[in-house]
Amino acid sequence: MSYMDKSIEELHELLISGKVTSDELVKESLEKSHEVQEKCNAFVTILDDSKGGEVTDNLLSGIPYGLKDNYSTKDILSTGGSNTLKDYVPFFDATAVIKLNEAGAVKVNKTAMDEFGMGGTGTTGHTGIQKNPWDTTRSCAGSSSGSAAAVAAGVYPFATASDTGDSIRKPAAYCGIVGYKPTYGMISRYGLFPFASSLDTLGVLTRNVRDAAIVIDAMKGKDINDMTSWDSKDIHLLDSLDGKVKGKKICYVKEICDIENYPNATKELKEHLENFHKTLDIAKKLGMKVEEVSVDRTLLNASYSVYRVIHSAEATSNMSNLTGIIFGPRGEGDNYISMMKDHRTKGFSPLIKRRFVIGSYVLQKENQERYFKNAQRVRRLIVDTWKELYNKYDAVLCPVGIGPAKKFEDLDKPLDINTMTLDEHLQVGNFGGFPSITIPDGFVSNLPVGINITGNCYDDENVLNIAYALEGAMEYKNQIAREVKHD
Amino acid sequence: MTKYIAKIGLEMHCEMSETKSKVFSSAKNEYSEIPNSNVRPLDMGFPGTLPVVNKEAVRLSLMASLILNCRQPEYMYFERKNYYYPDMPKNYQITQNPPEDCVGMDGYVDVERNDGSIFRVGIDNIHLEEDAASLDHFYSTSNIDYNRAGVPLLELVTQPDLHSAEEAVLFLEHMRSVYQYAGISEADSKKGQIRCDVNVSIMDASLDENDPNNWGIKVEVKNVNSFGGVRDAINYEIKRQTEAKENGTYDQEIEQETRRWDEDSQATIHMRSKVDAIDYKYFVEPNIPKIKLDKKWLDEIRESIPELAMDRKKKYINDFNLSNYDAGVLVKEKAISDYFEECVKVGIDSKIASNWVTVNIVGELNKEGITINDFYLTPEMLKQIIDGINSGMLSSKQAKEVFSKSLEEKKEPKNYISKDNAQISDEKELTDLIIKILDENPSQIELYKGGRDNLFDYFVGQVMKNTRGKANPVMTKDILHRELDKR
Repeated sequence: MSYMDKSIEELHELLISGKVTSDELVKESLEKSHEVQEKCNAFVTILDDSKGGEVTDNLLSGIPYGLKDNYSTKDILSTGGSNTLKDYVPFFDATAVIKLNEAGAVKVNKTAMDEFGMGGTGTTGHTGIQKNPWDTTRSCAGSSSGSAAAVAAGVYPFATASDTGDSIRKPAAYCGIVGYKPTYGMISRYGLFPFASSLDTLGVLTRNVRDAAIVIDAMKGKDINDMTSWDSKDIHLLDSLDGKVKGKKICYVKEICDIENYPNATKELKEHLENFHKTLDIAKKLGMKVEEVSVDRTLLNASYSVYRVIHSAEATSNMSNLTGIIFGPRGEGDNYISMMKDHRTKGFSPLIKRRFVIGSYVLQKENQERYFKNAQRVRRLIVDTWKELYNKYDAVLCPVGIGPAKKFEDLDKPLDINTMTLDEHLQVGNFGGFPSITIPDGFVSNLPVGINITGNCYDDENVLNIAYALEGAMEYKNQIAREVKHD
Repeated sequence: MTKYIAKIGLEMHCEMSETKSKVFSSAKNEYSEIPNSNVRPLDMGFPGTLPVVNKEAVRLSLMASLILNCRQPEYMYFERKNYYYPDMPKNYQITQNPPEDCVGMDGYVDVERNDGSIFRVGIDNIHLEEDAASLDHFYSTSNIDYNRAGVPLLELVTQPDLHSAEEAVLFLEHMRSVYQYAGISEADSKKGQIRCDVNVSIMDASLDENDPNNWGIKVEVKNVNSFGGVRDAINYEIKRQTEAKENGTYDQEIEQETRRWDEDSQATIHMRSKVDAIDYKYFVEPNIPKIKLDKKWLDEIRESIPELAMDRKKKYINDFNLSNYDAGVLVKEKAISDYFEECVKVGIDSKIASNWVTVNIVGELNKEGITINDFYLTPEMLKQIIDGINSGMLSSKQAKEVFSKSLEEKKEPKNYISKDNAQISDEKELTDLIIKILDENPSQIELYKGGRDNLFDYFVGQVMKNTRGKANPVMTKDILHRELDKR
């Protein structure tokens, strides 16, 4: 009997009724971890010593789960997917980890990721590439590649993750699962290794919307250690899921979603967009009002550059603490500067170094106005545009990516300027700190694709409820990766 | 210097010692001899740690801003100053970046010269930031103490309104007094709490000082850690620059540069030229949301500003009828002024209290090299002595003896004052008694005169017997010698 493909609520029922023990769940989850490690290279650390926990009224008690490796875990290796922290064992838990511990959830592994969350391909982490459990010749996207692969492969019902541009929501789509990034500051960032502080959001990967609500209900809360966290005690995500969406108004952006934008569209892109519009039809059947809106194309096209500039600037500063002096492997050299250089030269992947160069460049006095300050201004314009949409609509829906998971060999191809905005627009959710969730909405080339629902800040209940209703009207809930056979 | 005018600006860094914890971390803000004892993970830049603003530090910095007649910003926010140095493990300092908004802008302060005349110094800005760790350099190694890392630091930047080393020191003394009286800092340069950078230029006295085009080349001298150092560094620079003018080498020798003050050689030494100025790549600290400064809170802070030295001085002159000089001595150090005020409060006449504090007590402190906080005699105890004088139990000479005795034996003055125990030090009383005793012992006088010197002690014994040991022994001996010589 397999349990790890079940939902949190099903598992809780089984635990409470004594039909299974937490120990048995943990044992199965660890076995699955090793299988998925073999197949997908999804983990940095598998906690083989994990034991079942006490089962209480808390839905998460006794349930195994995974933590992205950029969560600081006391006495457990936490690398952020980087050689600069390949031996770093923190002496404190992230606030979110403390909260999951208090709920009684049992951590069984630390999941692999793109180095410090940068990259979005699941190929830049220091332990190698993560393969998509649906098709191991394809990427999971990233940076929460390990968490997404593990949840999709049925290692456990949920894994924590983080999202700076689309690091939860894109891997969710490519792996056919649910990825939820709540409103910025709903979950404390204390103990999350920072990438770009003004964009970083903790979140979760699950296989259904209710599970996502349960986990974030446990992780959220104002934290005295994070000034950007806020009091969400009046938000009850799970309790608010009633599926009543009749009369809700949703919209989609023509410049992103209309096939007419893409004269050279591939077959996969066409199918993906058709599938998106089919999902909109489902929304209409559920009683939602669906409208097409138009957004200035220049603004949309600027999104990717704005994201690049802002995250690179913040990242280069955030990661300047990684010197190998106080923690991390000590570099070689005659003095601290050469030791630091050695550590950073050996420790960081070329991709990160490129972003550091960009970050330093845009922050330089003579460039700051032109690049960094302008990027912040355009960020504000984009956010204001979306806020205006939220004055009229409950949520903005859009397809995730330009199709299903990409093949590894296609990752190095430069972004197609025509589809770049479609591929890279989820950052808008981070620009505004908006609650944003991806759910699976079908298949293209036998591989899962996803749809994203993004709402206004603090409107997480509404966003989740729309996702919940849509999920219920489709047949992709709780799906486990079924490996595609190649001829 | 009649041919030239010096234009001097100061950057005065003062650690705020009066907050319980550091400015962005929960570590104790406390001077400690034990290195690295007041340290939290943030102070060492561990991954995932976040700054949390200390409200009391903001309150006290706003108080300083108000005292300095500055404009306060609408929003309080912080910026990152990015640079790599081992005293700052995050490798960025959280600070404010004038001319961007900071805690105080465009203020002024009036400083009194010793002759009672006033000069005004413009304040460009005052900003709140975190201090760096302290470094001790040895021959081949350096030690780092993170106790100081994160201690709240106020940086005050003046306009170049000072014209001499004397004015600069008067300004610094004034500011030290402000910080002490306002309860912002002990402002103790011995503990390294005050550090200064000095900007010096000279210009032809015949030109208009108000036109910046006439100003000379500005030389910055960094890290001057005592008021004496400030005085010497300024005088050195004025001399160096004046000589260059006189020798006609000003344009070749004097460049816009940063120098440092070298205590050992009593000279300023070149550190870096303007062209090598570091680009700190400032940007707004994303982990600290902008704090809206509420007018009501500012009013509360303004009302809570304690009485400052100038106010107290006026009060002492006008209400207590003290001389300008005495009032000046009393307010120079807040602790002494507090002691004096306590004396008045317990009922000592203000003029008498002033005399005792400015003469006897300050003299005693100087002699012993201690501060008033370590002084044994409390104002209540001092009152015992004053009451002794007022009730006629002590002559002023006896009072001083009781004062000394009390300090010497660390016993309250009252132990030496009660009617029975009071020492007899009255010249006439003792002389009368001694004449009486000598008259009663003619044979012993004869033997003493014949060479029996030890009979002197017999006479002393008789005096003591008659006074039950209360006769002042020194006076007794003096009078005995005198009276015996007469016979």
